[in-house]
Amino acid sequence: MNHPVAALRDAEVSNLRPFYKRFQAAELKQALRRMYLIRRFEEGAEDAYTRGLIHGTMHLSIGQEASAVGACMDLRKSDYITSTHRGHGHCIAKGAEPKLMFAEFFGKEEGYCRGRGGSMHIADVESGNLGANGIVAGGIPIAVGAALAIKKQQRDDVAVCFFGDGASNEGAFHEALNMAAIWTLPVIFVCENNKYGMSVSTERSMAVENVADRAASYRMPGAIVDGNRIEDVSEAVMEATTRARSGKGPTLIECKTYRIRGHSKSDRNRYRTKEEIEAWQAKDPIRHFETELVTRRILDESDVTTIRAEAEQEIADGIEFARNGTDPVATEVTRDVYTIDPMADPTT
Amino acid sequence: MNAPIRELSYAQAIQEALAQAMEADPRVFLMGEDIGVYGGAFQVTGDLVHRFGADRVMDTPIAELGAAGVAVGAALAGCRPVFEFQFSDFSALALEQIVNQAAKIRFMLGGKVSVPLVMRFPAGSGTGAAAQHSQSLEAWLAHVPGLKVVQPSTPYDAKGLLIAAIEDPDPVMIFEHKLLYKIKGEVPAEPYRVPIGKAAIRRAGTSISIVATSIMVHRSLEAAEILAREGIDAEVIDLRTLRPLDRPTIIESVKKTGRLACVYEGVRTLGIGAEISALVAESEAFDYLDAPILRLGGAEAPIPYNPVLEKAAVPQTEDIVARVRDLLTNRI
Repeated sequence: MNHPVAALRDAEVSNLRPFYKRFQAAELKQALRRMYLIRRFEEGAEDAYTRGLIHGTMHLSIGQEASAVGACMDLRKSDYITSTHRGHGHCIAKGAEPKLMFAEFFGKEEGYCRGRGGSMHIADVESGNLGANGIVAGGIPIAVGAALAIKKQQRDDVAVCFFGDGASNEGAFHEALNMAAIWTLPVIFVCENNKYGMSVSTERSMAVENVADRAASYRMPGAIVDGNRIEDVSEAVMEATTRARSGKGPTLIECKTYRIRGHSKSDRNRYRTKEEIEAWQAKDPIRHFETELVTRRILDESDVTTIRAEAEQEIADGIEFARNGTDPVATEVTRDVYTIDPMADPTT
Repeated sequence: MNAPIRELSYAQAIQEALAQAMEADPRVFLMGEDIGVYGGAFQVTGDLVHRFGADRVMDTPIAELGAAGVAVGAALAGCRPVFEFQFSDFSALALEQIVNQAAKIRFMLGGKVSVPLVMRFPAGSGTGAAAQHSQSLEAWLAHVPGLKVVQPSTPYDAKGLLIAAIEDPDPVMIFEHKLLYKIKGEVPAEPYRVPIGKAAIRRAGTSISIVATSIMVHRSLEAAEILAREGIDAEVIDLRTLRPLDRPTIIESVKKTGRLACVYEGVRTLGIGAEISALVAESEAFDYLDAPILRLGGAEAPIPYNPVLEKAAVPQTEDIVARVRDLLTNRI
């Protein structure tokens, strides 16, 4: 495993930005691979939906892969994340297997939630993902609670809380940030500001320009980063996790990004222009990272091709795995409502 | 030689359960508004903050939704939070976290996690606190799969159900009646559990089954004594748990008495009485019914401030006596 700096002269090493100092070539490749996986996973899910293989709805994060992967790169398995309705990327970024996610989308027993949760509740608890959430801002106080548990248990783990610009208008956001601050909890609030809460722009829904401006009310650092540049996201999160792990409390990071697809399957894109979408497509986070890695000689073109091909294959295999999964049986509709079945005689 | 009976108030019994649970399990901690040095609005937590410290008896900001969510997150990450709403009415601010999150997380995640969370709700009327501090909302939460809902009526049950709730792996909602905090009763000193999901027959009888909850158990027992002097022998069942309901106890009682009255403080319509009536009507006890089912519940109105109106808004002992007497003498 070559360290990326190995190819560089000493003088250049000292000029390297923290992202390239912190991560080895293998980790950078893994990050790019996960970004591809997210993109292909969502395109595969969209295709399966269009072909009628899966039902319900889904919220795609295509265009937002850098914030998901960048925020999770420096995390341990024992760190938590809470996610959102647009959570496929977070799930893969924290280490979930696409085939088990596809199995969930297909409603199969093999899925992460045994087919009971679907796209909006996908979670891989084993990898520290406490779950996507169908309620805007629902996961924010939960992340603060997980951070409170970390502090009580005297661990040096952190909780990373993903949410969108829309969630920052909810009361739960403000209540949760206040508690995280007064109790100095190890939580990092990662806002993926994709400009729209469904159809309503941040200009129309927020009195301040930036979500990060709201950090001042809760006496925590508020950073703004280019959410389409993985290195910018990752460096901000590294700084925040260092702060959190050393007991200095929470940070709010706002990643300015954009969702290329509509809000959900019902979106007719009436609230934004084609030009706006195209302008953001030109800032594609995957292409940016790929170019960076090749320019820095960490990867060459053939590495990129290989990573892409492997991701394609993993997604194709995942869909096949999911299609062949086990359907839940109808008599098990109340399974797992409770840990202990309360209809069983409590005296026995 | 019998040891003297040890009596505690309902509030003291809860405090003892909280203390013993915290002593037994370092994962247990308390959260709520003014539960620290203030001792809680009803002095339930009292001096616990001095015994266990502010980290385990945590005052929260006045932020019911956020704080409830923090409790949910802490439960998911290995703690055993016991959350106090200052008044049950304020839980309306936190329903998102209770109903959408706590109740459903285990199910939505395919059984991969549990949410061992206890929430305490000081509820009910009779304190002159009017419409936003007096409601009985337990039926709301009893409608939600994933939650367990209990309503202790005695100091003994207040302690035993709370310890059982804290040890339960799933979210348990405990509705405590504010007028009961000062009543006294026998409470063993050692920790013990009252099983969730089991009703208790408080008075055996043959003429009618009165299924009551919380403070209405006491009013029903008073009514039963008055009715006994008239030759009406009422059986009084303390439901204790709303979800899961103890169907067998109710059904067996109605098969024995042939009559059913449901007495509860929550608004009468679409409340717990409807569910008990329906479960009896759907069961083999239906064939044993000799009279229409009687429901005594709260008025179709918010709880009023005026004391006369406040009393009129929920069943009183004399209401139970009159309605049961009418039912037994076919004057309904």
